[in-house]
Amino acid sequence: MNTVVDRSKVPWWVANLIVPFVNLLLALLVSGLFIFIAGENPIQAVQLIIYGSFGYIEGFAYTLYYTTNFIFTGLAFAVAFHCRLFNIGGEGQAYIGGLGVFFVAINFTFLPVPIVWLLAIAGAALFGGAWAFIPAYLQAKRGSHVVITTIMFNFIAASLMVFLLVDVIRDTNQMGPHTVAVAKELWFPTFKELAQLFGIKIRYSPLNLSFLIAIAALFFVWFLIWKTKWGYEMRAVGHNTQAAIYAGISPYKNIIIAMLISGALAGMLSLNEILGVHHKIVAGFPAGYGFTGIAVALMGRNHPIGILPAAFLFGILYQGGSEVTFDMPNITRYMFIAVQGVIILFSGALENLFRPQIESFFVSQLNKEKAV
Amino acid sequence: MVSPILELKDINKSFGHVQANKNINLKINKGTIHGIIGENGAGKSTLMSIVFGLYQADSGVIDINGKTINLKSPRDSIESGIGMVHQHFMLVENFSVLENIILGFEGELVFGKNLEKAKTDLKKLCENYKLNIDLDSIIGDLSVGFRQRVEILKSLYRGAEILILDEPTGVLTPQEVDELFKILRSLQEEGKTIVLITHKLNEIMDLTSEVSVMRQGEMVGHKKTNSTNKEELAEMMVGRSVLLRINKSTAKNGEVVFSVKNLVVKDDLDVTRVKNVNLEVHAGEILGLAGVTGNGQTELLEALSGIRKIESGNIELFNETISDKNNFLDPRSLKEKGLAHVPEDRQRMGLITEFKANENLIFGYHHQEPFSKSSILQEKNILSFSKKVMGEYDVRPNSPNLITSNFSGGNQQKIILSRELNKNPKVLLVGQPTRGVDIGAIEFIHQRLIDMRDKGAAILLVSVELEEVLSLSDRIVVMFDGNIVGEKVNKNVTDRELGLLMAGVV
Repeated sequence: MNTVVDRSKVPWWVANLIVPFVNLLLALLVSGLFIFIAGENPIQAVQLIIYGSFGYIEGFAYTLYYTTNFIFTGLAFAVAFHCRLFNIGGEGQAYIGGLGVFFVAINFTFLPVPIVWLLAIAGAALFGGAWAFIPAYLQAKRGSHVVITTIMFNFIAASLMVFLLVDVIRDTNQMGPHTVAVAKELWFPTFKELAQLFGIKIRYSPLNLSFLIAIAALFFVWFLIWKTKWGYEMRAVGHNTQAAIYAGISPYKNIIIAMLISGALAGMLSLNEILGVHHKIVAGFPAGYGFTGIAVALMGRNHPIGILPAAFLFGILYQGGSEVTFDMPNITRYMFIAVQGVIILFSGALENLFRPQIESFFVSQLNKEKAV
Repeated sequence: MVSPILELKDINKSFGHVQANKNINLKINKGTIHGIIGENGAGKSTLMSIVFGLYQADSGVIDINGKTINLKSPRDSIESGIGMVHQHFMLVENFSVLENIILGFEGELVFGKNLEKAKTDLKKLCENYKLNIDLDSIIGDLSVGFRQRVEILKSLYRGAEILILDEPTGVLTPQEVDELFKILRSLQEEGKTIVLITHKLNEIMDLTSEVSVMRQGEMVGHKKTNSTNKEELAEMMVGRSVLLRINKSTAKNGEVVFSVKNLVVKDDLDVTRVKNVNLEVHAGEILGLAGVTGNGQTELLEALSGIRKIESGNIELFNETISDKNNFLDPRSLKEKGLAHVPEDRQRMGLITEFKANENLIFGYHHQEPFSKSSILQEKNILSFSKKVMGEYDVRPNSPNLITSNFSGGNQQKIILSRELNKNPKVLLVGQPTRGVDIGAIEFIHQRLIDMRDKGAAILLVSVELEEVLSLSDRIVVMFDGNIVGEKVNKNVTDRELGLLMAGVV
C-alpha cells in the first residue's frame, strides 16, 4: 500500500536517527552477503572491522586519521551544496592545496613554528580555494556547470601535479615523483608524541594535529552557514536564486564565495597528508578522499553534526577494512570499495526506500500510545 | 426530496498541529452549482483535495450517490466521477489539447483507433457544452481562459459528474469570467454537479444555487444563495462584519517620485514585454496598474525594482536616474533609497519557502542592524523583531521558527508585507498584494496600503483584481500588450470600462 505520511508528525529522532540507522544496517547486511559469497564468514569480518578500528589504541588512531580527511572533504562538499553547487572537485582542490602547504613550509622556515603552521593552513586554503575559483567564476559568469568543470579540474590538477613532481619540484636526489621533505620541526605533532608526553608508550599511527584542525573546521562551517550573513546569503541563493536577486543578494558573488570556501576546506586535507604524514608532496596523495567526501556530506545531510559521525563511519570502514584484507585472503581492498559503494547506495541514493514505511510505523505506534 | 450526489461526514484532517478540517459535514445535491466560500486557510482547498483523493482524511466518510467510497488517489476519484480544475493548471505546455487530455489514459501503445475515437468523443463534448476548442492547438499558444476550458474538457472526457473548480476566476479577465460562467451554467443544465471554491462573493451570488461557508477549518453554515446576501456571507466567513469598500480620503498629490520615460523591457526569452511605457507616480497617491497577467506588468515591476535591466528609456526616482540602457541600481541600493517591493509571486520571489519565518522576515534587510552586526546574525534581535511584527500583522501561527512553507498563502503574504512596510518606505511597488489572501486579511492589507499613502508614500499597485484596483487607486492606468492603453482618474470608472481596456478592445 502506498501510504503518504504526514512528515510534520514524524518525530525528529525517527527521521534523523532511526532511518539512517536502518539504512546502514541494510547496507551492512548486503555487504555481509558479498563477503559470504567471497567465501569468508561475515560475522568474523565484522568482528575484525570492530577490532581493527577500535580494538587497540593505534587502530583507533588510524580510524581518527582517516576521519580527519573525510571531515575536511565532507565539509568542502557541504558548504558548496548549501549554495546548490555540486563541487565534486575536492580531489583536485586538495591536491593543489598541497602546493600551498609545501610552499609555506619551504619558504618561511625563518618564522616561529606555530606561525608557519598558521601560514600553512592559510596556504592550503588559498591554493585549494584558487583551484575552485576558476570553475566558480565560469559557473557564476558563464553558467558552465560546476559538476562538469570541477571534474575536469580534477584531471587537470592530477596532470599538473605529475608534471611538477617529475620536472619541477622533484627531489632530484632520487627518482620517485615526490619532493624533498619539509624541515622536521614543522612536522605536525603526532598522537604518539602526545602520548609520550604523558609517559604512555604506543606505536606509530598517522593521527596528528590536523584532527583538531578538522574539529575546528566543523565548528567554523556550522557558524558560517547558520550564524553569519554570508551563510544566510549562500543558503538563500541555493534555495531560490530569483528570490535572492529580489532581496539584493548577488548570486554571482555568493557562488564564488561558496566555492572558494569549499575549495579551501578541501585544500586543508593536505595539512593532514603533508605536515602530518608524508612530510612532502607525494604523487596522488589525495587518494580518493575528495570523492568519498561527497558520500560523507550526503550521508551527514550537509550539516556538521551529521558529517562528524559520517566521517567517523567511513574512517572505521577504511581502517577496519584494511584489517580485514590482511586477515582474510579472499577479501581484497576492492571488496571494501564495494562495501563503501553499498553504503553510499543505501544511505544516499536509496535513502527514501524504506523511509515511508519506517515513519508510518512509528507514527502509528506513537498514536496508539497516545490513545492508551 | 433530492438525494445528495456527494456527501461528506465528519471529515477531519490536520497537518502537524494545524487542523485544516474539523468535523466537516457537507451535502451536495445533484445538478446544482454549489459554492464553497471561506477565507484563505479556511480549509476549502484541503477539503476538496480530500474529495479529489490528493490527501487522505484522518477520519470521516465520503459517500457518492449514497455509497461509501475509499479514495486513495486522484485516479480513484476520477473513476468515481469526480473531476477537479486546479488553480494552477496541470497541462503540458508543448503538447496539443488532444495530447494533454488523453495523457495517462492513452490506452494503447501506438496511437490509432483509440485516438480517433477520443477525437470524435471530444468534438462531441465541445459541441454539447459550446467549449469552442480546437483539439490540435498547442497549449502554450492558448490564453489562460482557454487553458482552463481544456482542463474542464479533460475532466468531462474522463467521465466527471461532479466538477470541482478551485478559484477558477483568479487569472481571468471579466469577459473571460462571463464566458466561463456560461459554460458552467450549460454544464449544470446537462445535469452535471459543480463545486465552486472561491473567496469572491460576487461569483457566489451570480452563479451558485447553494453555498457553504468555511471558517478556520470548520463548516460554519449552509445557505440557499437566493435567501442570503453578500454582507451576511462575508460576516459568516470572517466572523464579524466587514467593509467591502474601503473608506479613504482623497489623495493629496505631492511631487513626482517615480518617473518612467519611454521604457522598453525584454523578458528572459528576449521578447519585448514592455514596449513604450511612460508613467509618473506622485508622493501620497496610489497609482493602480490594471491588466490581465502577462501583458508586461511583471517585467515593468522587475525593471522598476532593479531586478531586470532595461533596453531603452529611463527610470527616475526622486529626480535621479536609477536605470537606463547602460546601468541600473540593484535592489539593495534601491532599498537604501527608500524603495520597498512586494513582488507579484510570493513563492517564486518574495520568500524562501524553505527558510524559517524569522529568516524571511529579515530577507533583504538581513545585512542591516540590528539583524546583523559585523556580519554575524543577531538571533535575539531577529527573533524579538519577528515576534513583534508577526503579532502586529496577525500572522498565524505566531511561530517565528516555523518553516515558511507551513504557513498558509495569506499568512505568507503577511510575512512579506510586514517586512516591506516595516521601514516606512517612501516608494512602494506592490504586485498582487492580496492574491490568494482571505477577506479579513485583504481588508487589513488594504488599510495598511492606504495608511502608507496617507503618510506620503508613492505607491504603484499592480493587480489583476479589478475590485482591488478600483477600491484602492487614486488614478488607474491599464496595461495591454506592453503599452499603457488608458489612464483614468478613479471617479465613476466602471469595471466594464476597464475590462474592455484590459482586453485591448478599445
